[in-house]
Formats: sequence, structure tokens, C-alpha cells
Amino acid sequence: MWSWVGHRITGVGIFFFLLVHVLDTSLVRVSPEAYDAVIGAYKHPIMIMGEIGLVGAIVFHAFNGLRIILVDFWKQGTRYHRQMLWAVMALWFVTMVAFSIRHLMLFFDGWEGF
Amino acid sequence: MTAANSEAVLPAKGIEAPRSGRIDPKYLRSNPSSGSFEMVAWVFMRVSGAALVVLIFVHLFTNLLVGEGIHQIDFAFVAGKWANPVWQFWDLTMLWLAMLHGTNGMRTIINDYAEKDSTRLWLKSILYLATTVIIILGTLVIFTFEPCLVDDAGNLMDYAPAFCENIAN
Repeated sequence: MWSWVGHRITGVGIFFFLLVHVLDTSLVRVSPEAYDAVIGAYKHPIMIMGEIGLVGAIVFHAFNGLRIILVDFWKQGTRYHRQMLWAVMALWFVTMVAFSIRHLMLFFDGWEGF
Repeated sequence: MTAANSEAVLPAKGIEAPRSGRIDPKYLRSNPSSGSFEMVAWVFMRVSGAALVVLIFVHLFTNLLVGEGIHQIDFAFVAGKWANPVWQFWDLTMLWLAMLHGTNGMRTIINDYAEKDSTRLWLKSILYLATTVIIILGTLVIFTFEPCLVDDAGNLMDYAPAFCENIAN
């Protein structure tokens, strides 16, 4: 039940980011200055936290989605759906610790201050 | 024994399926006019979802976790990637699959929560319009992108990626 709610909420969030992301990338056809100015916003500390949240949503949606596929197509899927949800959460946690550390390290390496 | 069992489960000629003809068609869950669209959509969500896990994880890895990470992303970075047809095809596939996967998910959510027919129609019209615009825009951007921009005097602009200098001279 809660994995279903989480799947919907992360899905909607990712969808709206995707709309914005295609629009910001499209600025490469306007001018290099316009693209660099807007993409520069993604390098602000607040946006760095937002990126970790976005990747958290994507990784949950991805792993839980693979779990749904296994429940639907794997013979033992329905029997192990609960264990697979624990696996999803454990894998999510490990992936997010690794991503957050790497993303923050790279951010602080190249950060020129406010 | 076996023969008797198989005969028992087969519908006899002239006997209709249970309750057929006794239920007003508007209460039936299967709608003959919609055909197999929902089934195709269900399969598409699983196939595109599995593909998107690979497409997006590699996208995030190459753009955020190697090199200088988030700080490397600028016009020259995009130009450098799209100089390679593999990344053009990668991003194009990601665009189409992600937009269609997301749109079908939003369609499901609208169908679930918008109770009035007119509300559903409006929300889905806006959704399909947005999807069409974004897919066409993104596709055009990938295929009409010009990495080696020059100024009025014909000189390469500062933003141009390094490989443009070999082409310009």
C-alpha cells in the first residue's frame, strides 16, 4: 500500500521535473549564454539538495518498479513481494549514501562560494 | 477421469457465460470498443520502465558522478556529448520513453482521482498537449543542435567545445 503511494508521488514529481528539464536543455538552441545561465542555477547549494531529493525519488521509483515487474512476471514474485520491498529500501539506502557523498564532494570541489 | 474433468470445465454448446446479458453494459469492466489498448499500455509501462532504469542511471552517472560532476555541465559539455551519435540516440530514446511512460502514469492518476467526465477530459487534454510539445521540442533540439557557433566575423565563439577548432581551420 505505502510502496504504491510512494510510487505514485515519486512518479508525479519526476514527471514535472522532466518537463522542466527538457525545457532547460532546449536553451542550447537559444544561445550558449542562456543555457549556461539557467543550468548555473543547478549548481546552487539549495539545488544540490534538490538534486539529491530528485535522485532519491528516481532511485526509489526505479527499484520499486523493478519489484513490480518481478511481482508480475516472476513465478515466486507474489510470495516474496514483502521481502523484495525490504530489498528495495536497503538498495535505495546504499545507493543514496553513495550518490550523496559523491555529489556533495564534487560540488564542494568546484564551488566558488555564494 | 481426465476426460470427465475436461468435459466439466468446457462450456457446453448453447449455454452462455454466467450472468451474460443480465448486466447493463455500462457496469461491465470490459469495454469492447477500447480493444487491447489498456493491455498494451500495461506491458509498455513494464518494458519502458526496465529500459529507463538503465538509460537514466547511465545518464546520471556520466553527467553527475564522473569528471567534475555538476560543475562540468555547460554548453560545451552538451555539445561534446551530442557530437557522438550514440549519445544523441541515447538521449532521444530516453526522451521518448520517459515522456510516454510519465504521460501514461499521469493518465492513470487522472482516471483514478478526477471523478467528473469534463474534469478528466480537460486534464487529459492539457496532459497530451504538454507531452506532444515537449517530445517534438526535445527531438528537434537534439537533431538541429549546432555546437560550433561563430560570430558575425566568422570566428568561433568562446563557448564552442574544443573539437570545433579542428573543424573550423
